[in-house]
Order: sequence, then structure tokens, then C-alpha cells
Amino acid sequence: MKESSVSLLAKSSIWKKSLNARTALLYLFPSILLFSVFVFYPMFRTIYLSFFLTDQHGSAALFVGLENYTYLLESQAFRNSIKATILFVLYTVPAGVILALFLALIANEKLRGIGFFRTIYSSTMGISVAASSVVWLFLFHPSVGMFNRFLSLMNLPEVQWLLDPDWALLSVSISTIWLNTGFSFLILLGGLQNIDGYLYESAKIDGAGYWYQLRRITIPMLSPTLFFIITISLINAFQSFGQIDILTKGGPSQATNLIVYSIYREAFVNYQFGTASAQAVFLFLCILIVTILQFKFGERKVHYQ
Amino acid sequence: MSFPKKIVFYFLLLFSAFLLFFPVMYAFMISFMTGGEIMQGKFFPQTFTFDNYFRVFERLPLMKYLINSFVVSAGVMIGQLIVCSMAAYAFVFISFKGRDFIFFLFISTMMIPWEATMIPNFFTIQKLDWTNTYQGLTVPFFALAFGTFLLRQHFKTIPKELFEASQIAGLSRFAFFWRVILPVSKTSLVTLGAYGFLTTWNMYLWPLLVTNNDQVRTVQIGLKQLQSQEVATEWGVVMAGVIVVIIPTLLLLFIGQKQLQKGLTQGALK
Repeated sequence: MKESSVSLLAKSSIWKKSLNARTALLYLFPSILLFSVFVFYPMFRTIYLSFFLTDQHGSAALFVGLENYTYLLESQAFRNSIKATILFVLYTVPAGVILALFLALIANEKLRGIGFFRTIYSSTMGISVAASSVVWLFLFHPSVGMFNRFLSLMNLPEVQWLLDPDWALLSVSISTIWLNTGFSFLILLGGLQNIDGYLYESAKIDGAGYWYQLRRITIPMLSPTLFFIITISLINAFQSFGQIDILTKGGPSQATNLIVYSIYREAFVNYQFGTASAQAVFLFLCILIVTILQFKFGERKVHYQ
Repeated sequence: MSFPKKIVFYFLLLFSAFLLFFPVMYAFMISFMTGGEIMQGKFFPQTFTFDNYFRVFERLPLMKYLINSFVVSAGVMIGQLIVCSMAAYAFVFISFKGRDFIFFLFISTMMIPWEATMIPNFFTIQKLDWTNTYQGLTVPFFALAFGTFLLRQHFKTIPKELFEASQIAGLSRFAFFWRVILPVSKTSLVTLGAYGFLTTWNMYLWPLLVTNNDQVRTVQIGLKQLQSQEVATEWGVVMAGVIVVIIPTLLLLFIGQKQLQKGLTQGALK
């Protein structure tokens, strides 16, 4: 009798002690449930499916071990897609960040009407990938498009922007850089505005010029923001899909078959969910590496206030 | 700033603004042009008639798509605000065992790209019978680690004394959350809301996967349909569609640009 009352007491005190945890779980429950169903479960499921051949409904049918992966590594199409993705990253990330940095720098000056320019520069953030791609599809149009009109005005030979395998990826990259400028600009401008104005004043007293200030104050102080935007741009580039679907459909001769488009086609056009999952795992690993690199080197190499 | 320096900056500002905004301006102009004018390569239309706009609404159930996009975007926005603010509240105001672990779980979701999980998610939606429904387009996006962090950041600036005072005043935890925390965090909530609305309105791949009729299809898929139906001479109609689709988000961005910039920089960096 005594024992049971003690244990009851202990129980009730545990029950009381865990009150915080229980309330917290109540508040966290929606997030945890949704993350479990739509992030964690499908991630494990994707890894699981990548070891199987599947039927039309995406159920695992035959265990094949690593065969999906070896098949991919040997497949010319997949290698091509990797090459295109890497090239796409190289075309879009450095150029995009530099362009956004340039715009943020000139829009950070205290000038009359600067708010107007800031609004214009951030505007592409409000434009969807579908809308932007449709507009660029027209700009790249072989006969009525603006680029070829401009070229013929200058007496230069016309370019088959989206139809020429040598140009298509570059054309898609140009439209992507344009589309991503708004977001990168907005973040970088925010970073610039967070820099203490006092630093510039003392530099001015020392007679430091614009470029000196840029090199010695602005860039070092902006480095966390720059690093963040580079990471986001890298991840965005790996995830690009809409512009490919509308502008090129992965062509010509697979020159723009970026990895997400390749996954999409493999899964929802060819119904090869096993190999598609193996590609998805590959995409996951790429982004994981980028994120880990950010955590590892981001904190050390950049300057924090 | 010296006068010549000012000239240089204004020149750079104007030139960049022109280049960057040109595609949108051009699309706007074309949306008023006749087929013939487009073929001639004009920049300004002869007359500003709304013919193309009337035709794009005839060609597609664009009104239906706009309503769908609005419902889906508003739905995700509200869902995210509720789910994320609850989670952020627990992380800041309730200390409990395992908090770090759950926080780590939240961080880890940021390393998993949506596209890597879309195949099983597609089948989940199919099994729930959520294909062509608003739920299928919205519910998977309610939980958002970025949104939770953004709000957590703001909640942390609220003095702990406020919590103690509320307990003395006999306010329940939920009342404190609902009547004190949320009202004082209005700015962050607006930022997250605008961000959620914007990104959902512009979403492309997921609506493409989980809709296959006009019932809940969004405007972005409408644009894809429009572009694949049209022949070169109908570009005016296509551009009218583009302008209709981007106006709501551009307006939202123009109104909330300052707010969004401040909020995103904070959420991203601190």
C-alpha cells in the first residue's frame, strides 16, 4: 500500500515534470507530423526505392541492390545531365552573385529616388519561373525575338538561342540569372545596410577612396551575407526545373537536361521510379555537400561583426 | 557626394534599371500589340487596346486559375503562419528535454531538397486521394523550417519578463501566445506571410504533378498551357496572360519590399 502510493507520487511528479515537454510537443506536433509525412518519410522512401525496380504505381517490385546506381553511372544520358547541371551552376552562380552585388552596391548609395531603383531591382523576385520563361522564350525566338533582331541590326549572324546545343544552356542560364537577381539583390542590400556607418566615417577621415573602402570594409563585412547568397544560389541552381520545362524541354540533344528535369522525366514520363529515385538520392547528396560545406567553412572563413 | 560622382551613379542606376526591367516592359508592350505589330518588331503598340486581355480570358479558364492560385497561396500562407508560429513559440518560451534534438530535426529538413522527395510525396497525395484538391496543393507546405527560424528570431527579442508577468496575471500559455506574442510579432508575421504567398503563387513543379484538370489548376500551369497552345502570331495573347499572372505578386512585392528585405536578412543570417 505504501509502496504503491510512493510510486503513484513518483508517477504524478514525473507527469508534472513532463508538463513542459507535453505542452511543447502539443505546439510542435503539427510541424513534426508534417515534416514526418512530407520530408523524412519520403526521403527514406526515395533511398529505399533507389535499390529496387518498381511497377507503374511506384511500389518496389524487385530488389536490385546498387544496380540502379551502376546503371546511372554508366548511362550516357545521366552523365550528360550531370555535366549540364555542373555547367549550369558555373554559368549562373558566379555571374548572378556578381550582378546582384553590383546592383546592391549602387542601390545602397544615399541618393534621391533610390527607393525607385531598389524596387525595380528587386522586382524579379515577384515574377514566377513560368512567367519569366515565357517572356524569355519570346526574347529568344529565332525570327521575332528581340535578340536576333538586335543581332541583325548590328549585321551579325543570327543565333539559334534555344535550338543550338552550343547555345541552349547558356540561354537558359541568362534567363535564370535574371530571374534570381531580385532575391539575391534584396538579401545583399539588407547585408549592406547592416554594416555600421561608423566604419565608413572613420575611413573617410583617413582619406580612403571608394575602391579602398569597398575592398577593406564593404566586402569583408558583407562576407557572411555573400556566403549565404552563394549557398542559396548553388542550391537553387541544382533545383532548377521550370525554365527547362518551358524553354527547352531538356533539349536540344539533351544539352539542357538538368538533374531535376531528368528525375521528372524518368519518374513521370518513363515511369522508372527506381532509377529516378537513385538520381534523387544523387541530388540530395549534392545539396547535402553544399550545405555541410557552408556550415563547416562558412563560419570560419567569413568575418563576423 | 560630389556632382560628377552623382552623375556616374545615376547613369549606372538608370542603365541597370532599364536592362533589368526591359523584359517585363517589353512583355507589357507586346500584350497590347496586334500580331502584325509583333512581326514588325515594334516596341510601342499603335493603340492600347485590351483585345489580347479579353482573348486570353476566353482562351483559358484564367479566372478560375487566378482564383485557384489565390486560394492555394492564401491557404499556404495561413497554414504556415499557424504551424510555424506554434513551433517557434515552443522553441522560445517552453524549456523542455529534447529541445535541441527537435531543433536539429528542423534544421535537417533544410538539407533535403523538395525535388528529392517528390516521387514518394506524389504517391502519398495519390493514396490520400488528394490529387486535384486544394489540400494536395497546400498541406505539404505548411511546415517550414525557415519560417520557424524567422519567427523564433523575433520571439527571442521579446523580454522574458513579459512571460513571467503574464503568469502572475493568470494568463494561460495559449492566451499568452495568442493575445501577447502574436500581436507584438506582427511585422515578422507579415514578412513570413508575404514570403509564403509569393513563393506559393510562383510554384511550378508541384502543381504540375498533382493537378491534371482545371478544377484546382493554378495560373503558372495556365501559362505553360498557353505557351504550348499558341503559335507565333498569338504572342500578344500569351503576354497578356503573363502580365495578368505577375501583377498580384509584383504589387505585393512593391508594397512589402522594405519589410521583406529586413525580415529575410534577419531570418537568414542571425
